[in-house]
Amino acid sequence: MITVDLNGVDIRELNQRLHDLNGDDGRSPWRIVGPDGRHSIAVGLNAPLSVVVEGHVGYYCAGMNKLADITVNGHAGPGLAENMMSGTVRVTGNASQGAGASAHGGLLVIEGDASSRCGISLKGGNVVVGGSVGHMSAFMAQAGRLVVCGDAGVGLGDSIYEAELYVAGSVAGLGADCVEKDVTDDHRSRLAELLRQAAIDADAGAFRRYGSARTLYNFHVDHAGAY
Amino acid sequence: MCGIVGLFLKQESLEPTLGEWLEPMLVAMADRGPDSAGFAIYHDPAPDGALKLTLYHPDAGFDWEAVAEGLGTEFAGNVELHVRVTHAVIVINATEAEARAWLRRHCPDVRITSVGAAIEIYKEKGLPDDVAESYAIRHMTGSHALAHTRMATESAVTTEHSHPFSTGRDLCLVHNGSLSNHNRLRSELERHGMTFQTDNDSEVAAGYLTHRMAEGASLEEALESSLDDLDGFFTFAIGTRDGFAVLRDGIACKPAVLAETDQWVAMASEYRSIAHLPGASTAQIWEPAPATVYAWSRN
Repeated sequence: MITVDLNGVDIRELNQRLHDLNGDDGRSPWRIVGPDGRHSIAVGLNAPLSVVVEGHVGYYCAGMNKLADITVNGHAGPGLAENMMSGTVRVTGNASQGAGASAHGGLLVIEGDASSRCGISLKGGNVVVGGSVGHMSAFMAQAGRLVVCGDAGVGLGDSIYEAELYVAGSVAGLGADCVEKDVTDDHRSRLAELLRQAAIDADAGAFRRYGSARTLYNFHVDHAGAY
Repeated sequence: MCGIVGLFLKQESLEPTLGEWLEPMLVAMADRGPDSAGFAIYHDPAPDGALKLTLYHPDAGFDWEAVAEGLGTEFAGNVELHVRVTHAVIVINATEAEARAWLRRHCPDVRITSVGAAIEIYKEKGLPDDVAESYAIRHMTGSHALAHTRMATESAVTTEHSHPFSTGRDLCLVHNGSLSNHNRLRSELERHGMTFQTDNDSEVAAGYLTHRMAEGASLEEALESSLDDLDGFFTFAIGTRDGFAVLRDGIACKPAVLAETDQWVAMASEYRSIAHLPGASTAQIWEPAPATVYAWSRN
């Protein structure tokens, strides 16, 4: 166990030490204490490290994560796990706006609530939220899944492409071109498997599925000739 | 980008620590707003019938004694004077209209930054760390305070353009964001007889709240209507005589975090400003919802 106290070590030094392990195949556990809302903690990791942050983090924590397993025992500020490629990021508290934005792969688990714009422009990653999400979540999401065990704010899935959205609670309003869709047995079993992976205790049978109606301009073949 | 913070103490016994807790809150937001800094602090209320004014003159050597003496002669009775850098707090037995008229006539270069019983507003161009140091915020006491660090986007970097802006007696506003319709709204408010010290967009928001409340709206009603009448992005913190209020616009892209314990309520653009407060790590912490008024007061 390597412990780093951010009251004595600056973020650049911490991240450099973690980047020096890129390509490392050992799962050396790291423990980071004293985050006190600092920005950019554990960003750009590229090794199967296990990193636990004890306390609340600021902006952009665990951004661009690849392979690493990062847990925040606390709340997270804006831009949590943005552009994640693979690995797992878990926050035991709440997350601010833009959590999991643009994630290409990997799994983001927020045990509490996520704020607005959760999973915007999702590109293939999976985001599981134990609580509720704010407005404009999954805006222009292209691929991957956003699973919300609580409620979703207004504008859910606005201008969505092929991502799948699952909400167990109420949806305050769907965004443009986002509609409710049937849930097949296949969807149900894949969702149950994702909830199991995320270690979130929820009944896969309780979720409704939402996705693209594919009626916006870019979905019409008639417009292909314009290019 | 700007940084805003607010701290409200729930217990009178904590009042001696207000400045000590506030200063690091302000300094932590310095990199969100390195242009200028300001703060409003509520303490030591003037006796009934008396008026507390905070005045500003750009010259640090300005003769405040002469101002106090002139006011004392005009409005018979004791005049209390406390000078802090370029600001002076004066407590007099006069109405607001009388005091404003006298100051306009005798020292037109002096600006009034706050009017009320308990409020004092100080603001200054320069690094927030330096402003905090020169005003020795850590030694200040009081029931609650708001502070602002500014990175200007809509108007010039001067002390006059800095926050907080007075929005009436014992009221003030700090703003993170930018308003798009401030020119039109300023003209409308000017037609109602309001005057503005600068071309700053946040001053218009402050003037708007003042105007709505002068029409009879409560602070909460004025804030609710600002959601319809202000076009732009904002997280506001509003200081009141007994507490403070927080409001974000419906889009809510400007950050805000609230934290509460048995001892205090804190608001900040980022958790970094709250982390040092005693009990912060176990406080109830949440992000204020869009278009929702949050308010605290001791009464």
